[in-house]
Amino acid sequence: MNPIFGKLTLEDIPYDQIVTMGAVGVALLGALGVAAAITYYGRWRWLWSEYLTSVDHKKIGIMYIVLGLVMLLRGFADAAMMRLQQSMSLAPNPGYLPPHHYDQIFSAHGVIMIFFATMPLVVGLMNIVVPLQIGARDVAFPFLNSLSFWLTFSGAMLVNASLVFGEFAKTGWAAYPPLSELAFSPDVGVDYYIWSLQIAGVGTLLTGVNFLTTILRMRAPGMKMMRMPIFTWTTFCTNVLIVAAFPILTATLALLGLDRYVGTHFFTNDGGGEQMMYVNLFWAWGHPEVYILVLPAFGVFSEVVATFSGKPLFGYKSLVWATIAITFFSFVVWLHHFFTMGAGASVNAFFGIATMIIAVPTGVKMFNWLFTMLGGRVRFSVPMLWTIGFLVTFTIGGMTGVLLAMPGADFVLHNSLFLVAHFHNTIIGGVVFGMFAGLNYWFPKAMGFRLSEPLGKASFWCWLIGFYIAFMPLYVLGFMGMTRRLNSYDNPDWQPWLVLAAFGAAIIAVGIACSILQIVYSFWKRDELRDLTGDPWDGRTLEWATSSPPPVYNFAETPRVTEIDAWASMKAEGGGMFVRSTPYYDIHMPRNTAAGFLIGIFSIGLGFGLVWYIWWMVAVSAVAMLAALLYRLFQEDIAYVIPAAEVKDIEMRRLEESGQS
Amino acid sequence: MSVIESLRRARSLLTRVGSASMVLCLALLAAGCRFPVLDPSGPVAAREKQLILISTALMLLVVVPVIVMALLFAYLYRASNKHPRSMPNWAHSNAIEAVVWIVPLLIVIALGSLAWTSTHALDPYRALEHDGETLEVDVVALDWKWLFIYPKQNIASVNEVVFPVDTPVHFNITSDTVMNSFFIPGLAGQIYAMAGMRTELSLIASKPGTFGGMSANYSGAGFSGMRFKAVATSPDEFEAWTREVASSGRPLDAAAFDKLADEKANAPVIHYAPGNPNLLQSLIDKYRHTPPPKETGPAEH
Repeated sequence: MNPIFGKLTLEDIPYDQIVTMGAVGVALLGALGVAAAITYYGRWRWLWSEYLTSVDHKKIGIMYIVLGLVMLLRGFADAAMMRLQQSMSLAPNPGYLPPHHYDQIFSAHGVIMIFFATMPLVVGLMNIVVPLQIGARDVAFPFLNSLSFWLTFSGAMLVNASLVFGEFAKTGWAAYPPLSELAFSPDVGVDYYIWSLQIAGVGTLLTGVNFLTTILRMRAPGMKMMRMPIFTWTTFCTNVLIVAAFPILTATLALLGLDRYVGTHFFTNDGGGEQMMYVNLFWAWGHPEVYILVLPAFGVFSEVVATFSGKPLFGYKSLVWATIAITFFSFVVWLHHFFTMGAGASVNAFFGIATMIIAVPTGVKMFNWLFTMLGGRVRFSVPMLWTIGFLVTFTIGGMTGVLLAMPGADFVLHNSLFLVAHFHNTIIGGVVFGMFAGLNYWFPKAMGFRLSEPLGKASFWCWLIGFYIAFMPLYVLGFMGMTRRLNSYDNPDWQPWLVLAAFGAAIIAVGIACSILQIVYSFWKRDELRDLTGDPWDGRTLEWATSSPPPVYNFAETPRVTEIDAWASMKAEGGGMFVRSTPYYDIHMPRNTAAGFLIGIFSIGLGFGLVWYIWWMVAVSAVAMLAALLYRLFQEDIAYVIPAAEVKDIEMRRLEESGQS
Repeated sequence: MSVIESLRRARSLLTRVGSASMVLCLALLAAGCRFPVLDPSGPVAAREKQLILISTALMLLVVVPVIVMALLFAYLYRASNKHPRSMPNWAHSNAIEAVVWIVPLLIVIALGSLAWTSTHALDPYRALEHDGETLEVDVVALDWKWLFIYPKQNIASVNEVVFPVDTPVHFNITSDTVMNSFFIPGLAGQIYAMAGMRTELSLIASKPGTFGGMSANYSGAGFSGMRFKAVATSPDEFEAWTREVASSGRPLDAAAFDKLADEKANAPVIHYAPGNPNLLQSLIDKYRHTPPPKETGPAEH
């Protein structure tokens, strides 16, 4: 092996593959375009000091969401390529993607959508919203928050590096051994998978620790647990799940890594390896993971439905307990991912019934949202449209999920396109719809201007219609006996449905285009769409009590909470919290630091070196990461004070602008 | 006892209503297309289909009202409605809370009892109730083809499995490569094939025909082509087929097996005789250093 380049040779760069190189070209052009624009407007210093080194939860949240949206595009491009391939690959036509390429695409699609599109969107919204909702200045550990983001970013970059250098895993997103073992996957694809998830996983675990501490310790006076906004509650439960579940994934991937790097036999066919242990461990993380994604989306819908119905949420306590019940039950259902691996009937029935029980609290939530609308004045703004779309779509996904939980039915539906349709039904209908609802709802809070309504509505309708046309055919194909991950097939009955599904994906593509256009157009028209009130939707929770965007310290004075919907009750009592004459105080804030950014960037080198056995790069990166960490740990000047006079200036200016003075 | 009785009665009523409505819906879809999962050719698959229909009908009891209410409430209480009966602070009702917890709970209790009984009834390891003699077939997943061994007939076949109709067929399944899943959608559910382990599946074909079989679990580059034919024939045709295979004159010895396993490609139908009746166990032992005593593991069920 080459001491400088490890296993990496020129042949590992797929310059002869038009599709790959096209994707790389588009990505590079995009990156160059952004870099050119930053240079042209002279914004490098601004980018560095306002974003890259920021420890402000709002800025970090925005960066998470940008990362999530960019990776959503990458993941969608993979999806579109798969739909195109399957719509044409009826034998004898092999389609345009050979298995070598196609198998990487479906693996990358799953990994990217779960870890690098939806997770960053979820964590991004948590970052922007939770400290504001609980009346805090920032999260508990602002530097750790920055580090979390940059580790997630590094994981995403490592996945994308596999486009240019070598290849990605050809194992499916769950990377079941023994296929993912060295004996069957000797190339670097699985190593990219392991290290990108390990690096991003550390970031996610730190996020979990950070938000648990933040929510438990930093709530405004008077905000008891049972007065927290539902989005904060669902975030809390999500982070309980992160802290409990992500270490399982880390340990499992570490064992798989040991098998691949030092020749142990944890999951191999031979040497006493136990492949089913991996499957158990993977889903012991994997099932909580789907609730990690969907609970915050439930939180978004809870906030949106209350705000846009102009009413308090129906059955707050019920909803909280339903969330807690889901959190608990998500840990006792993992076996339903493999009823067909030969477990006994009693074991299968236990896990099937446990899974069905989750439908009860989920159903309760559905009814709570419905009854919130009852007796309200429902405004059909973009976030509310996504919510109603969710109520209908997710119900169908829940039903097919319970059907799959019936072991006898799962024997014929497992691994089929029915399963694929089901989890897209819940992840798109639940998580993605939720993230778009949240994005439209909180965008004015984070950016200071609203998103265009007509383009938002166009995006919603394209997504909704496109979703049904793309995924209902997959349910049908499941009943026709079509299994997942097929590169080609010989059943002519399947093709019309696959063509229909591809057409649906094209409509979703228009929806995505509308979303991009919506953001660009709204930025262009930002002066017309400016939110000077800080409360554009007549909101009910504390984030709407401060300006849009909030000042770096969020609240000049920590709010006092006496009710569940704190801001709604302040407004009902008259005036809100800013018309007052209390003196202003000095505010103590954390200083920006480059340490998180540097550790994250160096971790790309660490991962890349490990993938390619470039040991000097591993050593240099590890030392650099350690040095950056030590630099940060020994820094003493990590905070600064905003003097009371400056706070007063900022607040007075804001009151003038909003016409409240 | 009476609760169970009424539950059972409710279930049978739901079965009929559910089956009728689902069949109506799906008949529309099925026109001109083939749905092996919904058009089963054997008792196991038929029960699995019935289970799908009953469960769906039960769930529609709550799913339909939720969807209707979502659209209806949003429409009735739209802000532009001139005469909305506004209740701006109404956020709690014990009666509604009780209903929204109890109704889903009752449905889940019904589904759960159905899950318990059906999972035991449809356990793929359970011997099927039938008078006929059971045909034993050993199945080995290879890269990327299926090897079927008939220990009693002392023959073997690649990518083609033939059995008589109305006869219980019992498969012993393992893998000499990565995980695969053995699946004939028209006849029964699937079960994984894993190296060093033996899984089991039983089925009966109730009508003659050729059924598509496949690996349902992705297993690498040749996965899409890992298909086989499952042929249910009359007993006479089955006898004729075994004689034809027996006369192939190609023994499944160690060299032939290694060649087949090492080729790492899809294969046409190949027949072997004699068929090496001990191959399945020797492959399992190959991955398990200590061979297990006979009749352990899955037989405990």
